[in-house]
Amino acid sequence: MWKTILRRVILMIPQIIILSLFIFLLAKMMPGDPFTGLITPNTSPSQIAKLRQEAGLNNPWYVQYVSWVGRAFHGDFGMSYAMQRPVTEIIGERAVNTLYLAILSVIITYVIAIPFGVWAGRYEGTWIDTSIQFYNFISMSTPSFVVYLLAIAAFGFGLKWFPTSGSVSVSASGFFGIIASRIYHIILPSILIGILTNASTVQYLRSGIVDNKLEDYVKTARSKGVPERVVFNRHILRNSLLPIAAFFGNVITGLLGGAIFAETIFSYPGMGKLFIDSVNGRDYSVMTALVLLYGILTLLGNLLSDIIMSIVDPRIRID
Amino acid sequence: MDTSDELLLDIQHLHTAFRVHDHFYDAVDDISLTLHKNEILALVGESGSGKSTLATSIIGLHNPRNTKVTGDIMYNELNLVGLNEALFNRIRGNDIGMIFQDPLSALNPLMRIGEQIAESLVYHTKLNEKEREARVLQLLEQVGIPDPPLTAHQYPHELSGGMRQRVMIAIAIACKPPIIIADEPTTALDVTIQAQILDLLEDIQKEIGSGILLITHDLGVVAETADTVAVMYSGQIVEQGSVYQVFEHPLHPYTRSLLRSMPQADSDDEELHVIQGTVPSLVNMQRTGDRFAPRIPWMPASSHEEHPVLHEVEPGHLVRCTCYKTFYFPDEKEAAAAGAPQNANEGE
Repeated sequence: MWKTILRRVILMIPQIIILSLFIFLLAKMMPGDPFTGLITPNTSPSQIAKLRQEAGLNNPWYVQYVSWVGRAFHGDFGMSYAMQRPVTEIIGERAVNTLYLAILSVIITYVIAIPFGVWAGRYEGTWIDTSIQFYNFISMSTPSFVVYLLAIAAFGFGLKWFPTSGSVSVSASGFFGIIASRIYHIILPSILIGILTNASTVQYLRSGIVDNKLEDYVKTARSKGVPERVVFNRHILRNSLLPIAAFFGNVITGLLGGAIFAETIFSYPGMGKLFIDSVNGRDYSVMTALVLLYGILTLLGNLLSDIIMSIVDPRIRID
Repeated sequence: MDTSDELLLDIQHLHTAFRVHDHFYDAVDDISLTLHKNEILALVGESGSGKSTLATSIIGLHNPRNTKVTGDIMYNELNLVGLNEALFNRIRGNDIGMIFQDPLSALNPLMRIGEQIAESLVYHTKLNEKEREARVLQLLEQVGIPDPPLTAHQYPHELSGGMRQRVMIAIAIACKPPIIIADEPTTALDVTIQAQILDLLEDIQKEIGSGILLITHDLGVVAETADTVAVMYSGQIVEQGSVYQVFEHPLHPYTRSLLRSMPQADSDDEELHVIQGTVPSLVNMQRTGDRFAPRIPWMPASSHEEHPVLHEVEPGHLVRCTCYKTFYFPDEKEAAAAGAPQNANEGE
């Protein structure tokens, strides 16, 4: 199994190279460069031209690409033009914030999705199922930013239960104080993310249960005289959890990439907000590093899903 | 069959109805059958004739929300119709073992073979884990698995179709049930394996003396293994008797059509007989008169009974409707009319 994982990781290298080339060229094709925003009536064009020359922006694209990749290989994604700090340092800080948000969101997502999926599947066609389907329909079709804005208005500004921006309060002190303050800042966004993004998990689980209920092996189990409760847990539910487990790798990496809408609206300094800011600010070095990171996360997510599948489903072996 | 053998199952006037658009339609319509110890009773009919529905009614696996079962299924003075779930779970697996048609889908893909066999021992015996393991190995050996300890640790997808069906049989007989229901146990297997599985079923029956209800549409299987036969059409029994009675003296037009549709290896007839039309669906099924009449349109309406009932033509041999008395196949009549000269021509 370790051999396969190693092979898969090695196979990821050409994929990442192609991905990085695309990202680099796309970024180059965007209109403007980091210095466009610096032009004011007081800056002379020659000064800008000098800065461009120094930054290597006048070199042919492949020279720029090779030097970018070469430095990226050593973990150096250059300086953020907008923030004048190393990109790696910025992403490192933001990644920690996003990690907190991602973990709590995942927990809340599954805490809601698993019982809902189980109830909807188990009581298929009853009012329980219909209500859960209706909730799913609403959560799928409501634009998330609308909910975030309403929630900030109601619970943030209105009831003042939760902070409306930031990741940690400046007045927080001490290890536990800071942790508590961080959690306090992510409760509202992660609950909302959990409520709004569990629809696919609920549906996977529900339809898995509905299908598996009719499987022959369930009949076999019943014909052995196994009590219905055990038939459900051991035979129906276990088999229905397979797609959820497979999906888990992608869910995790998706959330690690940052919840773009939630972070932006809650002004939460995570990866998603960083990405939006870098696009708006033409901050190439940050943007390209992030897109590359997202690409690698996606590849790793697929690998993680495959590994999880091979652990939970004996029919799938990677060796 | 030795009729003096102990009566195991006594099914009387069983109706199993499914709900379709708020109406209940009988898929099993007034069936009475008995199964004795050491008997192999074959239930024959085309797809859609209600054979499997009857089997699932016996073991009580229908969804009560859309199924209505009425009548009596007596087992040891216990009526299985309407029996509560807790009590039924004590019977299932312990007193009635079931073998399903497709051994790939009938085994849980996520559980090891050993666990799946042991599962029924957990609920019906007082064996501890070690004893269960030993019993599992013994069962696997009994059903002819070459390496029981290995197979017990394997998953269903690692076994061939024939091996999986052997495992299914091991599950069904784990608690030595007096009744075994085999629902088309050989249909999904290739011919050489079919014979092995049937031999195995017969061996096991001899060993534990169960009564077997063998559901099949393969008349070859019936002739080879069964003691008694019930032919089903559209939810009813149209003919019933010992294998000898039904195969040597088939009476009902449906039985005769089925027997004629069997390919004969020793016959040089190139054309295979087909029964016209199809089994009507549950909703469109005709509920009055002879249900098989539309498929033998050349027979005059007057030859059928208005309310066909089963007639006992000789002890144990039952046939529905009186149309059998005048029934003929159209080509038989042509051949008879054309007489001997035509046959002589064919011979040249």
